[in-house]
Amino acid sequence: MKRIQAFGLLLFFVLLAGSPLLAQEAGGVADKAPLYKLSLIVGGAVITLAAAAGAFCQAKAISSACEGISRNPGSAPTIRFIMIFGLVLIETLVIYALLIAIVILMIQWGKYV
Amino acid sequence: MEGLEHSVYVADLFNKLLGKPILALLRLLGIEPKNPHAPVPDYLVMCIFVALLLIVILGLASRKLSLVPSKRQSLLEMILQAFEGILTDVIGESGKKYLPMIGTIGLFIFCSNMIGLVPGFMSPTSKLNVTAGCALAVFVYYHWQGIKAQGPLRYLKHFTGPIPALAPLLLPIEIISHFSRPVSLSLRLFGNIFAEELLIVIIASIVPFVLPLPFMAVAIFTAVIQSFVFVLLACIYIAGAVVHEEEQ
Repeated sequence: MKRIQAFGLLLFFVLLAGSPLLAQEAGGVADKAPLYKLSLIVGGAVITLAAAAGAFCQAKAISSACEGISRNPGSAPTIRFIMIFGLVLIETLVIYALLIAIVILMIQWGKYV
Repeated sequence: MEGLEHSVYVADLFNKLLGKPILALLRLLGIEPKNPHAPVPDYLVMCIFVALLLIVILGLASRKLSLVPSKRQSLLEMILQAFEGILTDVIGESGKKYLPMIGTIGLFIFCSNMIGLVPGFMSPTSKLNVTAGCALAVFVYYHWQGIKAQGPLRYLKHFTGPIPALAPLLLPIEIISHFSRPVSLSLRLFGNIFAEELLIVIIASIVPFVLPLPFMAVAIFTAVIQSFVFVLLACIYIAGAVVHEEEQ
């Protein structure tokens, strides 16, 4: 019960802090305000999901590399090489998502739409 | 990103010295540059600067080679042996003849990545134009080497795969995967270097004093790894194009 009360209080304060969103100015760029808000949310979500997925997969790669080296310390240079190569390939996909997120966040949508 | 642009001193100097003749030459060919006061963009000036730097330093350092190497000569030989090691590991003994192209690409990309950390310069590889140029050079090179090593007909037969009956299925897949190679090469290098540079600029615009240093250390690490991976992937593509299948 206490947790529900605490959560309810938190929600109330968050909504209170967001009340300036209800005041809209007229004219020009602010007419595109829903598109700007959507582009912020989408840009943030894209890079967050990509970073989370990339970090999880890189963690799996590094952990199996560590286990491999601990089982056979003589093969450490080979395993280190494969690990670095694999990490770079996984990171490439995260970089693709980062580029898309930069494009979404930095375009001035008011000029083109 | 509009307020974060800054001019590069070397590019301004270049345009001040050689801007007028280059502008006249371009107008003679019918090309009108976007900014008549700076007809050569800053990344092109930095490309030329990195190329001249490498030519001058490596040219001066490779004078007076002797059989018993001095310190300077052993350093150069270490660099060349690193490239030859990658080539022979991936391609085999016949890989050494690709050393000029691979060495040039590797040294150019390494120096371009590192020169962005020096104040007053920018990395040319932080623009998609330059990295797409490097990736397209590798693409054309490995196809050309494949055709030269195996003949055009046998090289094109590679695209159909081992079983002739599956050829109509495998051919589009192979063509798409071959075209995705320069895309991935260029986007990987561009994304890493551009994102690091953007991060450093943003951090420096908040706290300019000591805070950018760990990010610059990460940028050095990224520069080394990205140039190494570019060279390694180029060697793998050349090996895929050139290697003879051992059948009989």
